[in-house]
Parts: sequence; structure tokens; C-alpha cells
Amino acid sequence: MMKTPFGHNVYAMAAEYPSAAALYEAAKRIRDAGFRRWDVYSPFPIHGMDEAMGLGKSWLSGWVLFGGVSGLLTAALVEFGPSWGLYRLDVHGKPWNFWTVPAFFPIMFELTILFSAFAAFFAWQGMNRLPRWNHPMFNWDRFSRVTNDGFFLAIEARDPRFTEEGVHRLLEETGGQHITIVHED
Amino acid sequence: MDAAPTVASETIRQAERRIAHVPLVLNRRNFSWLTERISAVVEQTAPRWWWVAFTITASAATFGLFCIGYQISTGVGTWGNQIPVGWAWDITNFVFWIGIGHAGTLISAILFLLRQKWRTSINRSAEAMTLFAVICAAIFPGIHVGRFWMAWYLAPIPNNWGIWQNFRSALMWDVFAVSTYFTVSVLFWYTGLVPDLATLRDRATTRVRKFLFGIFALGWRGSNRNWRHYEMAYLLLAGLSTPLVLSVHSVVSFDFATTVIPTWHTTIFPPYFVAGAIFGGFAMVLTLLLPCRAMFKLQDVITPQHIDKMAKIILLTGSFVGYAYMMEFFVAWYSGNAYERFAFWNRVLGPYWWYWWLGMLFCNCLSPQLFWFRWCRRNILVVFFVSMCVNAGMWFERFIIIAGGLIRDFLPSSWRVFHPTWVDIWTYIGTLGIFTSLFLLFVRFLPMIAMSEVKTAVPEADPHYGELPGIQSVSPGGKERTR
Repeated sequence: MMKTPFGHNVYAMAAEYPSAAALYEAAKRIRDAGFRRWDVYSPFPIHGMDEAMGLGKSWLSGWVLFGGVSGLLTAALVEFGPSWGLYRLDVHGKPWNFWTVPAFFPIMFELTILFSAFAAFFAWQGMNRLPRWNHPMFNWDRFSRVTNDGFFLAIEARDPRFTEEGVHRLLEETGGQHITIVHED
Repeated sequence: MDAAPTVASETIRQAERRIAHVPLVLNRRNFSWLTERISAVVEQTAPRWWWVAFTITASAATFGLFCIGYQISTGVGTWGNQIPVGWAWDITNFVFWIGIGHAGTLISAILFLLRQKWRTSINRSAEAMTLFAVICAAIFPGIHVGRFWMAWYLAPIPNNWGIWQNFRSALMWDVFAVSTYFTVSVLFWYTGLVPDLATLRDRATTRVRKFLFGIFALGWRGSNRNWRHYEMAYLLLAGLSTPLVLSVHSVVSFDFATTVIPTWHTTIFPPYFVAGAIFGGFAMVLTLLLPCRAMFKLQDVITPQHIDKMAKIILLTGSFVGYAYMMEFFVAWYSGNAYERFAFWNRVLGPYWWYWWLGMLFCNCLSPQLFWFRWCRRNILVVFFVSMCVNAGMWFERFIIIAGGLIRDFLPSSWRVFHPTWVDIWTYIGTLGIFTSLFLLFVRFLPMIAMSEVKTAVPEADPHYGELPGIQSVSPGGKERTR
């Protein structure tokens, strides 16, 4: 673990960029330099940043599919179980044969949506390791502007290609300002 | 080859300017201006008008809750409902409120899928409106059952005799549709709120605010690795909400369409109800946003262009509704069914004739037609007037559909006109109070405009901004009307 002269553990070296466009160009340079453990921070999602960082499609959709299928099956169980097994309900002598199955579709549809939405909601937090109490990036006082108008890039010290001089130079070359070391603790 | 291409390229440039050069955020406001102005609504002390408005709405809400308590403890007899009019103001209010919610979901989900960036200025408050409207709507099915303490029969669990619900019933579908709609709307709304709660957390000056916003912001830090999953979740929630919102009012309409009452028993109801819901909902969005925009000085974010577009949607959906009204009359005539024909003549000339002429014809069909004219869409007073007409008209429409079908039973000896009691009237006014109180609390405690989303509508948010100096996606500004 890399340490500062004062004994703090180093989380990353970070820089601020003046605009979304500058951050986007810098991200492409960092990606091409072969870094793996790094991230960019912005007040809003920047269009095309995933490609600029070399990230693929988010497979959160897999969880949503799982949620949808379980919702459909739950609805089928909740409807067919009581209606055909537990308590066969005869309402005004209306039919309850096989051809009435479409009457069960609306609830199947609703529960499919409901479970898919819960899956999406919990998956985006789980896959992002949220909620969390703190993060090393918050140790940098300038970083509070990330939710306002600040654009930041941080390369983690854990990255095998991380060297203090090399990363500093790279951040400087890409137009990074206020380059600093971010403490782990 | 010398003169012609110059003219053509000049024409193209002019045409492009007309399309691309209407900015969504006026006066070239930057990111920090947006953060400051939108957060200020939450962070400054409450203005005096807010306290005045809140006192009025909260009083109405309190009296409405008293009426609900009185109705629960005394019985449904406190309302004017009497056979054959078994459904009256209660279900009218339910359909009215649930319909209003639909515009919020249309803005947040359907316009998102259609890549309409102008939605970013209005989606947060419209979604909040959806939640509050659905809360108001949910009150009525609960209390109209009469024995409120047995409302748990609605849940899919067997009752004390081991009898299960009838899952083939449209009313059971409605329970699932409305509860799913509310839950998914909350999840979608909260997902959108997280980055903005992080903004308020980072700006917070007191420990309480830091703690509360810190908890609800979930530790959000704007990381792109987080945005990646977040955006996929947001897209999928939008994709899920789109068929959901269309299903909800379709299912509500099934409550009527699956019965044998003339004027209810029609196949046109699902699309007719959905169009009416979006129509009425947009009117309510405008009713809430026009005063907020003026009071909190948000004219640069909610611009005349936004109002113009909402007015166009009201015109479109209002015309759908007008078409549906005409088609109902046509089918009543064309079917040759004597009961159906009678019911529709009764709608126009019967005891509720003025509800039809004023509510359905003038408010719903004619008043939105003003929006064919640009100066009407650009005139705040005209827009507000039409919105209020539509708010009222849609309530009248639901009442005519529900009570108008019931007052003339198949047996003329049981014909009876509905008269609301003071409990009916004040329960409805009470829900108006609950709705507006919740909205007033919302604008004071949460960012009423999605900051992280509206920032993407600013040209500087484009990663290629400034690469092509000739074509900017925004004009140098200053000429747009801001109020």
C-alpha cells in the first residue's frame, strides 16, 4: 500500500477538468494508456463516456429479466393456486374452464412489471455497491463540486500501472487541474 | 455552379438554426446557476405566500380527513349514494385522481424513451404529482367499501372463511394495477432523485440536513461506473412504466366496460380513458407548474417552449377525447340499441345536461382547440385558463360517465338523480387539500427540477461541445422571451 510522508494510505491520484468535453477526451487517453482501476466523476451522465472509458454494456438488464420472470411465475401461482386448487370460486355461475385463462393475464402483467421494477431498483444499487457511508474521494475538499459543476478523474493507486510520476504527467498532459493525491482514510 | 450552392447552403443553415437554436435552458445559464437556483427553492426560508397557501390547503386536508373519519365511523349513508346510483362522487374522484397521475408517468417514461430532452425541466415535479394523485385516488376505493376495516379483503389472501378473491374480476385487476403503479412510480421517482439528493447533501450547512440527505443519497458520488448501471436501470424503469401506465387506466376502464350498464359497456373505453387521463394530467401539471415557475423564478428552466409543448399535448389528447365522445354517440346511433340511444340522449338533454354542455363539450372538446394558435400557447393566462377548464371538465366527464349511466336504470320506477351531501363535497375538497399540501411540502423539501437531468440539456454537457465552431446547439441568447 502506497503511503504519503504523513502516513496516510493513498487511494488515488485525481485531477479536475474544466468541462465535460475535456473529461471525455482525458478519459480516452487514460483508457488507451491501459489503466484498469480508475473512474471519472461528473454531475450528470456524459453521453458516450462508457465507450471513452472502455466499458461495455451494463448487464443490469439480466437482473430485470430475472425479476420479470419471477413476477410472472408468482402471479401464476397466486392466481391458479387459489382459483383451481384451494377454493374454486363460482361467481354468478360464470364459467371457470380453461378458456377463462385470459382473465388472469392482467394480474400476471402487473406483477411482471412490479418484480422487474424492484429488480432494476435494487440491481442499480447492488451493482454500484450502494448504499455506502463514505468513499475516499470525499476526502478531497474540491470533490464536493462533483454534484454541482465539477468534472473529476481519479486513477487508483491499486492499478498495476500506477506510478506517482507517470500518472501525474498523464493527468497534466490531458489538461487536468488541481492534481492531487486522495487519501484512503 | 457559383450562385446556386451558396443559396442552398444558406437556406439549409437558416432552416437548421430554426430547428436547433431554441435552447431548453434560456440565457445561457451554466451548471452552477442551475444548481444554485433549483437548490435555493429548498434551502431558502419559506416565502410568505407558501405559508398562506399551505395553511389553506392543510386546513382543507384536515377537514377532508375529518369527513373521511365521519364517513368511516357512521357509514356510507353519509354520502348521497343510493340505489340505483351506487357509485357516484367516490368513484368519480378515484378515476379523476388516478387519471391525473398519468401525465407524470408519460413525461417521465414515455418522453424519456422518445428522447424528448424538454422533459428534464418538468419530470420531477410531474412524477411527484403522480404519487400524490395516486395517494388521493387510493383513499376512495378504500373508504367506499363501507366497512373500511375489511379493506384487507382486497389483498390476495383468503378471508376468515378460507374464500379467495376472484382473480377474474376487473376490480381485482384494478387493485393490482393501482398498487403496482404507485410502487413503480415511487421506485422510479426515488431513483431519479438520488443524484439530486447528493447535490443537496454536498451543499448542506446544518448537521440534520447533512445527515438526512446523506442517508437518502445512498453515498452517491457521480462516478461514471455508477452512472452506467444507473442509466440502464433508469432506461428499463422507463420501459417498464410505459406499458404499465397504459395498462392502469385501461384496467380502470374495465371496471365499467365489463358491466352491462348502457354507456359503460363499450370497447372504446381503454384508449378513451388513457387519452383522457393524459389530457387531464397535463392540465394539472400546468396548473401546478405555472405558479411555481413564477414564484421561484424558474422561467429560464421552464421556458415558454416547455409550456408550448405541453399545450400541444393537451391539444392532441383533447382531440382524441373529443373524437371518443363523437364515436360514442355514433355507435349509440349505429348500434340500434334503444337503451344505448336513450342513455346518450339523456346525457345531452337529461338532468345532467349542463354537465355535458359545460364540462364535456366546452371544457374538454372546445377549450383545448385554442391551442391551435401559437399566441394562445404562448400566453400564460390563456394556458392557465384552458388548464383549469380541463381540470374541471375531466371531473365532470367522469361523473357523467359514472352517475349518468346509473341514474336511469332499466326499471323506470327506480330512476333517481344523485344529490351530493356535504360529506361528499368536503371529502373531495379534502383530497384537493391533501394533494396540494403534499405538493407544497415537496417543493420545499426536495428539488422540484431534476438538476442532474436538466444539466444534460445544456449544450456544454455534450462531450463534443465546441468541436464544430460553426454549428452550436444554442444561439448566443438574449432574444428569447422569458416570461
